Amino acid sequence: MDFLTVLISRANYWAYIILMMIGLYAMIAKNNLVKKIVGMSIFQTAVILFYVSIGAKQGATIPILLHGHAPETGGNLAHAATGHGTAAVQAVNYINPLPHVLMLTAIVVGVATLGVALALAIKVYKEYGTLEENEINQRLRRG
Amino acid sequence: MTMETVLSVKPFLAVLVSLVVIPFIVVSRTQNMRESWTFIAGTIKFLLVLSMLPLVLKGKSVVYTVVQIFPDLGIAFRVDAFGMLFALVASSLWIVTSIYSLGYMRGLDEHSQTRYYSFFAVALSATIGVAFSANLLTLYLFYEMLSLATYPLVTHHQDRSARTSGRKYLFYILGGSIGLALPAMLITYHFTGTLDFAAHGVMAGHVNSGLALVLSLMFLFGFAKVGIMPMHSWLPAAMVAPTPVSALLHAVAVVKVGAFSVVRVFTGIVGVDTLATFHINEIICTIAAITVVVASLIALSQDELKRRLAFSTIGQLSYIILGVGLLSASGMTGGMLHIAMHAFGKITLFFCAGAIFCATGIKNISQMKGIGRQMPITMTAFLIGSLSVVGLPPCGGFISKWYLVVGTIESGQMLLLLVLLGSSFLNAAYFFPVFYNAFFLSEPEMTFENRVEEAPIWCVVPLTITAGISMVLFFYPQPFLNLAKLAVQSINGG
Amino acid sequence: MVNTLPALVIIVPLLAALVVAAAGFINKRACFPIAVGALSVSFLGAAALLVRVVNTGVAIEYRFAGWAAPMGIVYVIDHLSALVLVVITAVALVNLVSSKQTIDREFKDKEGAFLSLYVLFTAGLIGMTATGDAFNLYVLLEIASLSGYALIGLGKTRAPLATLNYLFLGTIGATFYLLGVGYLYIATGSLNMADLAAILPGMQNSGIVLFAFIIMLSGLFVKMALFPVHGWLPGAYSQSSSAAAGLIAPLTTKVTVYIMVRICLNLFSVDYTFHHLNAGDILVWVAIATIVFGSLSALAQTDYKKMLTYIIIAEVGYMVGGFFLGNRMGMSGAILHIVNDAVMTLCLFMAAGIFLWKTGTEERGDLKGLFGSMPFTMAGFVLAGLSIIGVPPTCGFFSKWYLVSGGIAAGQYAFVAALIFSSLINAVLFFRLFEISYFEPFADHHHGSDKSAGHGGAGAVIREAPMAMLVPFLFVSIMLLVLGIYSGRIVTNIIHFAIPAGVI
Repeated sequence: MDFLTVLISRANYWAYIILMMIGLYAMIAKNNLVKKIVGMSIFQTAVILFYVSIGAKQGATIPILLHGHAPETGGNLAHAATGHGTAAVQAVNYINPLPHVLMLTAIVVGVATLGVALALAIKVYKEYGTLEENEINQRLRRG
Repeated sequence: MTMETVLSVKPFLAVLVSLVVIPFIVVSRTQNMRESWTFIAGTIKFLLVLSMLPLVLKGKSVVYTVVQIFPDLGIAFRVDAFGMLFALVASSLWIVTSIYSLGYMRGLDEHSQTRYYSFFAVALSATIGVAFSANLLTLYLFYEMLSLATYPLVTHHQDRSARTSGRKYLFYILGGSIGLALPAMLITYHFTGTLDFAAHGVMAGHVNSGLALVLSLMFLFGFAKVGIMPMHSWLPAAMVAPTPVSALLHAVAVVKVGAFSVVRVFTGIVGVDTLATFHINEIICTIAAITVVVASLIALSQDELKRRLAFSTIGQLSYIILGVGLLSASGMTGGMLHIAMHAFGKITLFFCAGAIFCATGIKNISQMKGIGRQMPITMTAFLIGSLSVVGLPPCGGFISKWYLVVGTIESGQMLLLLVLLGSSFLNAAYFFPVFYNAFFLSEPEMTFENRVEEAPIWCVVPLTITAGISMVLFFYPQPFLNLAKLAVQSINGG
Repeated sequence: MVNTLPALVIIVPLLAALVVAAAGFINKRACFPIAVGALSVSFLGAAALLVRVVNTGVAIEYRFAGWAAPMGIVYVIDHLSALVLVVITAVALVNLVSSKQTIDREFKDKEGAFLSLYVLFTAGLIGMTATGDAFNLYVLLEIASLSGYALIGLGKTRAPLATLNYLFLGTIGATFYLLGVGYLYIATGSLNMADLAAILPGMQNSGIVLFAFIIMLSGLFVKMALFPVHGWLPGAYSQSSSAAAGLIAPLTTKVTVYIMVRICLNLFSVDYTFHHLNAGDILVWVAIATIVFGSLSALAQTDYKKMLTYIIIAEVGYMVGGFFLGNRMGMSGAILHIVNDAVMTLCLFMAAGIFLWKTGTEERGDLKGLFGSMPFTMAGFVLAGLSIIGVPPTCGFFSKWYLVSGGIAAGQYAFVAALIFSSLINAVLFFRLFEISYFEPFADHHHGSDKSAGHGGAGAVIREAPMAMLVPFLFVSIMLLVLGIYSGRIVTNIIHFAIPAGVI
């Protein structure tokens, strides 16, 4: 019972941990280099998910301050506009944008890593004619 | 130390001069130029050392700090009586050895002489550096410098046996200094907070008996150049070196640096009081006595002359340690004096061995039958050298052994007295056959059919000089004796 | 000018990386001078910062775009980071200057790309060192890592595979670090290191903080190749080109150790790391295992560049162990060794580069006769070897001095024994190389009557490396002595201030 509450209330953590383990497993156990690279991407994405989830909040919205102008958006933000110009910001109503912004960078890093990894995989393929690690190792041992 | 000190750059210059000369040796175009540079450096070095002698004899010490590495510790020199004694021996014998090298290396037309002379110069710098060190860090620095500078000399021939010997040499020397002496030094520094040599040592009150014993033994075995058993077997191996190297480095500089370092550490770091209080000196004396006896016995069985001399050296070095381990005034004086006396005697013997090899190509004693008739000067010098090493008058070795014997009696160590006397007998037993073979065999037993000439003049002159000095030291031991007495005074009296 | 120095130190090489890449398409000959120029500016800036910090005793803070600390990204130049900055820029600059010819030869049409990556890598390391923001550190870490992968991947034929392996592990390490930063953010709501340091002491019992600590350090351990997560290093470093190895091998592990020091001292605080968690004991044992393993593995190598890589691993053990001894001596030794080991490793890899240039292989046996033909190079190489062994007055001796003293003070005699053991193994390793180049090929003579076969004597022909390689190399090897002599002063004037006052 207690365990179940923990499991559900921390669902985002479990999700990222499971994803991370999948990625780690692929990186370690897979024989094919591209599969390893896919595993690496999953691994990185898991952390991105973690960051995004900790910034999110139920019922909150994106943090754009509205200075008295009639907003196109409504809902929870409405009272943010009640003040004149310098509205008191109610942090409760916004999701935390910082982790999300950070993840923009992390995504870029991830993409770059993926790019470098794939480029290296191509070079490996050109060199050995295969992407299977055991075959490459055999070839290395032979000559 | 309460002793009066004089600030002077001279000790540093004395160390530096043979390093400075190296570029000149390297760029020299002719053999003559190269050797002149060696002589110039040697003479300057000797004069620099000599110029400090009057001050030291007055009981003052010369100090100079080169660079302060840590706030309370740096590379610094302090010339006191004991250091002066050793520096005098080393720097004077360098000149003699240079003359000898000239004859030997030319006589055998050795290769890579530039390298040989350069590293010889480095080795001398390091030796003087050890002699003048004011603290253990400086001593360790020059000790390592000497180990490394002598490696190319020991392995001069660059063949397989040189490599094997070189490995053995490094294994013991570097293994000892890095594996034992270095940690011992740092542990000492940790517990005492200083590494400066002090008259009564620095350990008293900082370490307990167990630690003091462990550290003392770490230093004794760590400074493997002293050749205390079982850290001795590099010495016979290192005899593959050209003879002048064996002569200066393995009878004088290297091994005496080992003995000097051990004595310096026992007196300046561990302290005679600590040694006495915890009865560490008894253990040290026992180890030294065993080495004396065993080495002498092994020496008896060696046929190759240089190897016999090597084992003789191992035994003689332990006299020094034994003397200092006695902790009595006479014993310590004898031990310190033995550094000088043995040096002149042993270098003569090595010179002779080299001269024989140079002239005849013979290394083994059994082949030297009747050689005395052909090489009378060399073999006479050999006799004088052996007399000195055995400790018989009229040679300098008698004086140091006399003090050692008196020292054992003073401290009531009758067993050690027996060891001393017995080993002297053994010394005689392994030297006199050589001499007997050389001179007193009847005609048919002689292996020398053809006439051989004496070795080149540049080989013969130096061995005559050192043999002469060995005898002179019997009649005028004052310079060294006074220094040794001064050194003991400062250790005991303060 | 002075106030913008912290920014200039990183921005100049960052922009130069772009310019060099562009110049590669226009005029290849412009690439090298631009790269050298940028790194020189960076080096001078770092040196000026160090002088300033030492003279004033106050850390310099630079706010990017003027945003103040908890919100904006700040760069903090204190004693520690200024010192490491000087090391990074100096090593990168010297190695670049000496590698002109190898770069020309090995990367004929790709000079622009190579140099661009080279400068970018340096910029990444500079940023990692200077930044005061935990997340910014991650980004710069990845900039350095990615350009590092690319640099190594440009190496020999086996390089891509080794690099891929490195990339996987490197990514795991960096991602772990990122995860740790995430947990710290959850716990504190801040990413600024100074801000975090102010908040964390109040949360010492938090499980989140503990997890963050563990996962961040684990990530860094992978990155610095601590045993048992060292597997990527030997392959990657030994397969890289000379120029890249000379940059990456001395710097990557050292900067990562710096980050570890930074995080433990200034982020989590000494109190948390050493007293609350008592992390020291176990990590010293890990370090001991690293030292022993690294030394023994080095012994088994026949390829000398590979041997050097295992020595690097052992040296990482020195630094991690020394730091986690938790006393001032040990920490000083660890930080001093960051400097000294960077210079020593640089020297060794430069030597390896020269040997490769001359002999074409990296097999140990091919060093034959080098004492005769390359006396100056070998003199430098011997100095570097002695420094690794720890012979005074080289700098390696003095870092060992502090480390061993720290071990004794902490009562960690196993660490002391490991250090001594490693010194002895290093002596074997290097004298084995010296022997080969000194004795072999064996001559038949015993008493050199035939001068023609003489080694290194008048008979040997001297064929030294080109001046452009030799001069920087000799400069670095002499620096080993200079650094050794100045060790005590570096510690008392700089490192002393980098360690919190509470550590005794």
